[in-house]
Amino acid sequence: MGQSLFEKVWNAHAVRRLANGQTQLLIGTHLIHEVTSPQAFGMLRDRGLPVKYPERTFATVDHIVPTNEAVEPYSDALAQGMIEELRRNCAEHKIKFFDTNTGKQGIVHIVGPEQGITQPGTTIACGDSHTSTHGAFGAIAFGIGTSQVRDVLATQTIALNKFKVRRINVNGELRPGVYAKDVILHIIRLLGTKGGTGFAYEYGGSTFDNMTMEERMTVCNMSIEGGARVGYVNPDATTFAYLQGRPYSPQGADWEAALVRWRSMASDADCNYDDVVEIHAADIEPTVTWGITPGQGVGINECIPAAEEGKTQSERDSIAEALEHMQFEGGSPVKGKKIDVAFLGSCTNGRLSDLKEVAKYIQGRRVAEGVQAIVVPGSQVVAQIASELGLDQIYKDAGFEWRGAGCSMCLAMNPDKLVGDQLCASSSNRNFKGRQGSPTGRTMLMSPLMVAAAAITGEISDAREVFGVGVTAAV
Amino acid sequence: MASEPIKQVTGTGVYVAGDDIDTDRIIPARFMKCITFDGLGEYLFYDVRKTEDGADKPHNLNDPRFSGASILISGNNFGCGSSREHAPQSIRRAGFRAVIAGSFAEIFYGNSTNLGIVCVTATDADRAVLAQAIEHNPDLEITIDVNDHKIWFGDQYLTCDMRPGARSSLLQGTYDPLNELLQGAEAVHATAAKLPYMTS
Repeated sequence: MGQSLFEKVWNAHAVRRLANGQTQLLIGTHLIHEVTSPQAFGMLRDRGLPVKYPERTFATVDHIVPTNEAVEPYSDALAQGMIEELRRNCAEHKIKFFDTNTGKQGIVHIVGPEQGITQPGTTIACGDSHTSTHGAFGAIAFGIGTSQVRDVLATQTIALNKFKVRRINVNGELRPGVYAKDVILHIIRLLGTKGGTGFAYEYGGSTFDNMTMEERMTVCNMSIEGGARVGYVNPDATTFAYLQGRPYSPQGADWEAALVRWRSMASDADCNYDDVVEIHAADIEPTVTWGITPGQGVGINECIPAAEEGKTQSERDSIAEALEHMQFEGGSPVKGKKIDVAFLGSCTNGRLSDLKEVAKYIQGRRVAEGVQAIVVPGSQVVAQIASELGLDQIYKDAGFEWRGAGCSMCLAMNPDKLVGDQLCASSSNRNFKGRQGSPTGRTMLMSPLMVAAAAITGEISDAREVFGVGVTAAV
Repeated sequence: MASEPIKQVTGTGVYVAGDDIDTDRIIPARFMKCITFDGLGEYLFYDVRKTEDGADKPHNLNDPRFSGASILISGNNFGCGSSREHAPQSIRRAGFRAVIAGSFAEIFYGNSTNLGIVCVTATDADRAVLAQAIEHNPDLEITIDVNDHKIWFGDQYLTCDMRPGARSSLLQGTYDPLNELLQGAEAVHATAAKLPYMTS
């Protein structure tokens, strides 16, 4: 019997068994940012402990960074204090920091891959639940709390229970206008927001084989929204091509050795999974969330469910609560809901390929009157390349605001916030009540092109119709 | 940092209805602009409890009948969303020592246990019984017996569940794992030495 990638990586990093039955697991790569690390450094200081492997921790600043002011001090003194605290901690402990003046700062889950820090067969932890993103490279990557950030800093390990592994096969070709974002929204809709609790999700099948690394990252990113702390794709030629030549990728003879090692980490054909799910790519529609959990999604041509459609009382209560918050009527079409804000960005969909794909369609179009549309590149590197390609101008010409890199309106810890009960078409990952900075604000999650379609029409629309996607293929 | 074993939690309870109560609901992101966890208890469930003008909404957490509660009772998939430890920190700093839910999101569960917050699961029907009993008598004393997997109130009890690792670390007072992890330093070094990416 062969082994899954998860088992191989776990076994290679398992240090020993702890008294309570958990495993002491080595964390090969540790990523930190300004929100969940300062208290951890404080705890180390209180106990007089050093950072054990400072060369295995990498830092950047993303959550609180304003995207419309580059000069410090920031107008928000608390944000300024947080960035300074991170600078101080990194300097004191000799931790590599991709600061705002390096040209490499950005959302931690975009910076890691683009620098080549994220590699197959490794364990990666970060005080951020979207750390599952890095699983796209065949790493076992997951979010941890601040006390665990402390544990990693002090020991390079954490105490963890082993996960079960669910293989999710998606086979076939995605239809035109259907994106990786739709794949993961569809999976969460099918399996639920807690379906993945206790599992690592292994994504595979021909649809994943044909995805780019950036598409795989989009899917792995939202694993946690389905309850799975870990989501990964086995490494293949696409993975290796992405990593070759990146600043932290192995070079020369080390590269060849790494390729051999990485290939050997992929799941064996005869390995055993705790569960297997089969999905047909052709069944996936452009998907939009209508509620207050990422599992509350429908295809763009479907109607929002009514409370009585819930199968259990708790489901009926959840639908009713969501409809009340969203100010939607059960049974009404999701299409046509008027939006106030369009947000293109985040660790889910703030990469170069996302910005390029949308730019292909918006030339000559204009953001609808009364809609604020903002584009937030995921990193300074993404912003720089996008500018070199002239994408910034395409967005500006279409009436989008072109911003600096950061998490921005995904969770609104910077000045980018919804106001009152504004409705936002968002390429981000969470539609929780209040998530985008206003307690009564409303979020609908969708792919970047669907966000653009909503921005241009002023309402939730089928991007395939708005932009004629796939029309030539149909002729 | 040896911790006291936690064999039981006794106190009064408060019921916060709803499934999928996420970490943004437990503590909105705007209150995470801080470099310590001090004072976070004040912001627990802030947007659930307060209007946009900062006035109290009618909610069990604002109801004086339930003030002083140390056991929080809620729905399924409690604590889903972000990995922010600010969520269990705010729960603990608001005076709660235990959460009874239908199920817990994984990262939240681990974070809470590390802080010594007792997280147990009970069925929808049993939690409804408990919620009703509290509504009827807010001063009802509830005891969660970690060893025995029982929730006692009055002369009744409900059975509850808890992950085995969490249970034994609470009972042994080792729920904060740092000391044990530090003791493994040599084994950590040996494991790292076998991984080329850790040594190059």
